[in-house]
Amino acid sequence: MVNGINLALQFLDSFAFIVLAAAGLAIIFGIMGVINLAHGEFILIGAYTATLAVTQLGLPLVVAMLVGGLVTGLFGILTERVIISGAWPNYISQQTLGRDIIEPLYDRLADSMVATFGLSLILTQGARIRFGNSIDQIATPFGAISYGEFSYSTYRIVLAGVSIGLLLATYYLFTRTDFGMRARATIQDKETAQAMGVNTDRMYMLTFGFGSALAGLTGALFAPVITMQPTLGDQFLVEAFVAVVVGGPSVVLGTALSGGVLGAILATFSNLYGTFIGRIALLVAALIALRFLPDGITGFIEQLRQRRQESD
Amino acid sequence: MSTDSATGEANRSLASRLRSRFEGPNTIGESRGFWVGFVVAVAALAVYPAFGDGSQLSLFMVLALLGLSLSIVWGYSGVLSFGQVVFFGIGAYTFGVVSINFATPGGITAAVVAGIAGGGVSAAILGYFMFYGGVRDVYVTIITLVSTIVMHTFMAQTAGSEWAIGEAALGGFNGMPDIPVLTLGVEGASYQFMYNPFPMRVIGIGSFEISPFYYLVLLLLVGTYLGLRILVNSDYGRVMVAVREDEDRTEMFGYNVTRVKFVVFTLGGALAGLSGVLYAARNVYIDPTVFSLLFATLPVIWVSIGGRKSLLGAVVATLAVEYLRISMAGELALVLLGTLLLVTILVLPSGFVPWLHEQLVETRLGPGEAGGADAPDASSEVSD
Repeated sequence: MVNGINLALQFLDSFAFIVLAAAGLAIIFGIMGVINLAHGEFILIGAYTATLAVTQLGLPLVVAMLVGGLVTGLFGILTERVIISGAWPNYISQQTLGRDIIEPLYDRLADSMVATFGLSLILTQGARIRFGNSIDQIATPFGAISYGEFSYSTYRIVLAGVSIGLLLATYYLFTRTDFGMRARATIQDKETAQAMGVNTDRMYMLTFGFGSALAGLTGALFAPVITMQPTLGDQFLVEAFVAVVVGGPSVVLGTALSGGVLGAILATFSNLYGTFIGRIALLVAALIALRFLPDGITGFIEQLRQRRQESD
Repeated sequence: MSTDSATGEANRSLASRLRSRFEGPNTIGESRGFWVGFVVAVAALAVYPAFGDGSQLSLFMVLALLGLSLSIVWGYSGVLSFGQVVFFGIGAYTFGVVSINFATPGGITAAVVAGIAGGGVSAAILGYFMFYGGVRDVYVTIITLVSTIVMHTFMAQTAGSEWAIGEAALGGFNGMPDIPVLTLGVEGASYQFMYNPFPMRVIGIGSFEISPFYYLVLLLLVGTYLGLRILVNSDYGRVMVAVREDEDRTEMFGYNVTRVKFVVFTLGGALAGLSGVLYAARNVYIDPTVFSLLFATLPVIWVSIGGRKSLLGAVVATLAVEYLRISMAGELALVLLGTLLLVTILVLPSGFVPWLHEQLVETRLGPGEAGGADAPDASSEVSD
């Protein structure tokens, strides 16, 4: 019984971790075709901003976390303008040289990977130079609940709730609002969207910014429970990429489903055999998933749906 | 090139027939000038230990082999792999484990072979699951990236005494010290390559010591470079490039795209394994930092800065970037490296060496002729 609660809590924890780690990446990679290897560093920015906002400025925790997300979102927009689409450097070079110097990185998967890795090196090392090898941490709020002879941090349960809330909010944003409609139109067919009067350039910028903000918020949410060091983003990378690959093309549903499946695998194997075996199990699950569902879980669902429509 | 037509063969000298094997649309450097420059560069590398730190340069040349392995896998076959260091590290660890257990000349020679085989076999296993499993382009990259991280996690937790193979303890974060010095041959007829410098005296320069290991690495690097040039300019190399340019179209022409990728990936793994063996032999030590994320991305950095579609670019950029990295030791080194990477990929997406080559060809031909359809340079790359 007690072990059952342990497992359930561990599942919630893994689920929240995977969903939050993957959310920002899923939007930038799944929707925009840019592999953001600086994803971990976007999380770093969010975590550092939130922590510094609490320790230096004395902001309340919730506000500091929102600030963390916001700052990362703005940084994401800056990244998009300067590196990914090259709009600003190209504007300057148009004025001085009369030609573009940067070709946008959209749908140049390998190049986007290399470029954002360069960015990630700069950010990690920049954070180390500016803030040293670690910064003071904020205390974990809410205390702990205890059951039997065990106790569990309440905050980690709250995180699971927040991750579900974020998924719902993202789903609402992309399916029910005007912005979401335009963004999806841009991604599906850029030319047609342009012809219908959508400013596709701005849509790319805002979607990238939104994905970055989610990554930043993840960092801010995990700031109280992970060590504040410049490489903190790395520990999110594996889970994030695996979840996105397993999830497939549909961002929200894919992330939720892969968070559920992979969270269950991670929790079970970690609980039984330790963290290392848990991670190995995660990778093996991803390999098997890719072998049999090359388009991820949601790609498979889509296939099933089409087959059923055809047979009707 | 009609090397097999009898009349053509009779009219051409042996040198030009030999040269044609190394030349083709897939490599830069077709002219007599290039080969003269190549010989001069190799000669310069050969006399370098008399003037500078040969031991450091030998490390860079070892890493250049790793760069070459990524160049053929990514640059020529279009499979971006972050996992070259996995095969590099497996090669290095295999060499360490086998040579510690059999520390005789014959055993160490076998350890070298085992290390190369270790790199090749691990690449073959991973490649089999990926390519025959239908894993495509970017997902291959992500799987190789994840494999690197898993290897790092795995090797870092092997500190306990239960993690030992024979007499070789894997040692976790502390790594595996006491790797025997590289000695090739069999009992009675062997030669020690490390810590066995022979003194030289040249009038005018003075006396100095040169390391046989340096020349072993130089020989292997030049040999590998020339060998890969033959490969990429052969028919098989053309198929590799075709796979890179358009997989579906190549498949339509009846080529087995999956097998080509599998074979090249395995070959790249073996080459990375060789590089790892030499790395462990040079440092007489190996630890899990070879699986770290930074080390995993270094080959990608070298190859993209040098020009991923250029073997020469991979070698030159590895030497240059590593030299920069070592000489800029300090906290700004990584920032500068990141900036270099970012600027290169944005402004010169095809890399530095092909760009330089283009500039040279343009100046040689004069501005009027440059870029003409019949310009006899290699930049008339296959494209669609």
